[in-house]
Amino acid sequence: MSISGSPSPGTARRTWRLAVPDRTYRILLGVAGGIFAALLIAFVVAMATQAVPAFSKLGVSFLWGSNWDPAHNHFGVLPFAVGTIETTVIAVALAVPIGLGTALALAYLAPRRLRAPLSTAVELLAAVPSVVYGLWGLVAVAPLFRTTVEPQLTSVLGWTGLLGGPNQGVGLLLAGVILFIMVLPTMVAISRDVLAAVPHDQVEGAMALGATRWQVLRKVIVPGARVGLLGAFTLATGRALGETVAVALVIGNSAHLAPSLKANAGTIPSLIVSSFGEASGTQLNVLFAAALVLLVVGIGVNALARVFVRSVKRSGAASVTVA
Amino acid sequence: MSTISFDSSLDPILSRRAAIQKIAASSIARRKVYSKVAISVCLLCLVVALIPLVAIITYVAAKGIPAWNADFFTQVTKPEGIPNGGVWNAIVGSLIIDGIAVAASVPFGILGGLFLAESDGPAAAAVRFSADILTGVPSITIGIFGYIVWVKTVGSYSGFAGAFAIAIIMLPVIMRAAETAIRGVPVTLREAGLSLGARRSTVARRVVLPAALPGLLTGVLLAVARGAGETAPLLFTIFGNQFFQANPTKAMEALPQAIYTYSSQPYNDLIQIAWGAALLLMVVILVLNVGSRLMAARLRRERR
Repeated sequence: MSISGSPSPGTARRTWRLAVPDRTYRILLGVAGGIFAALLIAFVVAMATQAVPAFSKLGVSFLWGSNWDPAHNHFGVLPFAVGTIETTVIAVALAVPIGLGTALALAYLAPRRLRAPLSTAVELLAAVPSVVYGLWGLVAVAPLFRTTVEPQLTSVLGWTGLLGGPNQGVGLLLAGVILFIMVLPTMVAISRDVLAAVPHDQVEGAMALGATRWQVLRKVIVPGARVGLLGAFTLATGRALGETVAVALVIGNSAHLAPSLKANAGTIPSLIVSSFGEASGTQLNVLFAAALVLLVVGIGVNALARVFVRSVKRSGAASVTVA
Repeated sequence: MSTISFDSSLDPILSRRAAIQKIAASSIARRKVYSKVAISVCLLCLVVALIPLVAIITYVAAKGIPAWNADFFTQVTKPEGIPNGGVWNAIVGSLIIDGIAVAASVPFGILGGLFLAESDGPAAAAVRFSADILTGVPSITIGIFGYIVWVKTVGSYSGFAGAFAIAIIMLPVIMRAAETAIRGVPVTLREAGLSLGARRSTVARRVVLPAALPGLLTGVLLAVARGAGETAPLLFTIFGNQFFQANPTKAMEALPQAIYTYSSQPYNDLIQIAWGAALLLMVVILVLNVGSRLMAARLRRERR
């Protein structure tokens, strides 16, 4: 969580600089600050050194090979990459409309007194440990999916051809829905803040022109916050891509390309966590390579999101809370 | 001066305005209904967003409370079929691992926060940026990093390796909270200290940090709430241990690890223990999280 503080006035800064130079102190602070950049670099370097043997033995083609069979030295990670993308798409496709609606409600529509406590309640979803989500999804939600949600969905959307096969509860769809719940607080918290940061004169101008409440929201506030909303969307995507434990528990862990949304599948994080224990030699290197891909994508997505959210923070006055 | 005549039929702007007003008046009923419906949909989204929190808390409580008995809190985990198992070893493991992680991350986090609060240049921007990215990096990669630099180097899974990974997760949380807390300390206090001829480090140690202490504590609570619930980093570093182990140089058990291990097993009594542990972990984390939020809200009020 970060709350923007008021910058101290220039006079104070000058006073600060005039103070007795205190070299050790400054070096210490610089080192503490530098740790973060150093850690990020160390992450990539450490992962890369462990991944190199995989690339030197297998080339880069295993990254899009579709056959995962470690016993016969086939290490295609494509099914897992596809599974990661599919679960993320399901999660984000649900989180964007519902998150945006929730954020609008929390920023402008809910009774004023309830806004803060309800915001906290939604944000607390982010505090629930992911392993608890996994256990809950596996024991409580999966049976509900098997008996109710999947049959209903199949009867309504079966024509799309995406919902073939038996209703089994665990699988891509359940993983996507659990991920949706997990990324919802990220989507909501940031969207709410950027929506609330839209300048009031624009809102008042639209109202003075006779726009209804919804027209103000739809035509002024949402467009005014679009860069920040893009940031929220990107951060939620990043979170969904990297989630490990909850997904590993509810996706059914299969190494094959899922023929249906109801089928078992795997994601790159679930692959790593479920096969790390038995892995050795080349397989271990492949897992490190997969982790490296995950890390690089994670860094890229987060950097992009921060640029979006930052630009809003700089133009708008509101503090941006990142859960 | 001659008077200007207002004849809307002659002035193109005014006639245009009249036309717009007519359109607006004729569409207002439809627009109002549309607005009501759309706003109801937004409020419905809010309700939908709140359902999972209520559902997960009630479900975990209903499943977890029956698992809470004396054995649960005092016995070590036992294999399937042996009664009276508990999570004492996981509770102790979590306390030790998270304790070490806090002790390691707090000094760096506070120094980093001082750095950010006292500098505004590109260096500070770079630090803030990397800390933000570090917060968003998939936690599994932090676990693998811990495995590579600690477990592989030392040659064994250990509580220290787990604490190392958890500390990396806590670090940015503490630093950002520390920055906020330190920026909130009135400039006049610093100026008073400096005008007495004190060094910057002395002012930081004797004036700024004591004044920022409540905010720093809030950050530490939040960091513990964040770190204590992480599972993925632990799976690659502490390995898990069904026996009691309080020595952090050895493989240890921790609550998230225990929940993960037992929830993927087909035995009911082990899943029962997983629910008890899930409830314990969730309650601790929610209490820490809400507590730190209340503290932060109170601080903001006092400052106003």
